[in-house]
Amino acid sequence: MTAALALLLAFQLAGEALRVALHLPVPGPVIGMALLLVYLIIRPEGPSTELRNTAGGLLQNLSLLFVPAGTGVMLHVGRLADEAWPIAIALVASTVLGLIASGLTLHWLAHRPRGSHR
Amino acid sequence: MNADSVTEIWVYLSAQPLVWLTLTLAAYLIAVTLHRKAGGHPAANPVLISVAILVALLLATDTPYQRYFDGAQFVHFLLGPATVALAVPLHGQLKRLVAMGGPILVALVVGSLVAGLSAYTIGALLGASAPTLASLAPKSVTTPIAMGIAERLGGLASLTAVFVILTGIFGAIFADGLLRRLGVKDEASIGFALGLASHGIGTARAFQLSEQTGAFAALAMGLNGLLTALTLPWLLPLLAPLLKP
Repeated sequence: MTAALALLLAFQLAGEALRVALHLPVPGPVIGMALLLVYLIIRPEGPSTELRNTAGGLLQNLSLLFVPAGTGVMLHVGRLADEAWPIAIALVASTVLGLIASGLTLHWLAHRPRGSHR
Repeated sequence: MNADSVTEIWVYLSAQPLVWLTLTLAAYLIAVTLHRKAGGHPAANPVLISVAILVALLLATDTPYQRYFDGAQFVHFLLGPATVALAVPLHGQLKRLVAMGGPILVALVVGSLVAGLSAYTIGALLGASAPTLASLAPKSVTTPIAMGIAERLGGLASLTAVFVILTGIFGAIFADGLLRRLGVKDEASIGFALGLASHGIGTARAFQLSEQTGAFAALAMGLNGLLTALTLPWLLPLLAPLLKP
């Protein structure tokens, strides 16, 4: 587990360094994810069992990791109240539209009925 | 033990990071148990339940968020390595991802534009203020990217973080039910929509459904973060004058 965690942190660090060096608009961990993916593709045997288990353990509890930031919502309750309705409607409607647009587009393009297109 | 000594112990402990770190894990375990008892129903969202428990505790004990975060930051820190770890399920689904490359790119562009521009348009038509609109526009992408975009557009980073979290929780609760009702039942499309519209919290929900759903969510989250960061800062200034009354 230690080696896998060190590997994840090293790729996060590399991502962070690349972001600062090249002024990339994407956060360090997301760049680290891309770098690790490239590494796994290059490595002929793919991810080690250890890395697979550590990654699985972290991702099974991904929800937990959003709890500290989520609790920060309490700081803004007052500010939200002033414009509650425009915010609530825009947020809900736009999220629904985003879900439908992306989900339906991929579904239609990738799962066309067989025979209608070759 | 009388009430005074209990208060004294509490006063001492509540200033230590350990208390709020422990309570964060405890709240999450309660939330996961409830989620399981509800048969994995998306409305019993673990993030939502945990946050509700913790906010109630913080308000009841009059604890400022900063002191809470001193303890909870150890959990928060793991978001970084967990994001990197998303490469592992992505690698596992690589063949499918590459085979669906074309459809994925089209769905990415369509979804990214709709998610980003619709929030701004609807908010503007309903009369929301300019800083609120700028904070609302990047709500579908992961927090650090969203905060950077909002600041460039004249929004408030901390308000953006709140919109991002609320969007994530909302999407995680409603996405799969909504899409299934529209006939979208494949794991790839549901996962992709979850990650695109509801970033990490949507991705966490996708991993509850299956590893394959999670892999597509992780891909969509990363790609939409990148595309939104590149396009929204120059698209919104073009859109804004059209919406002025």
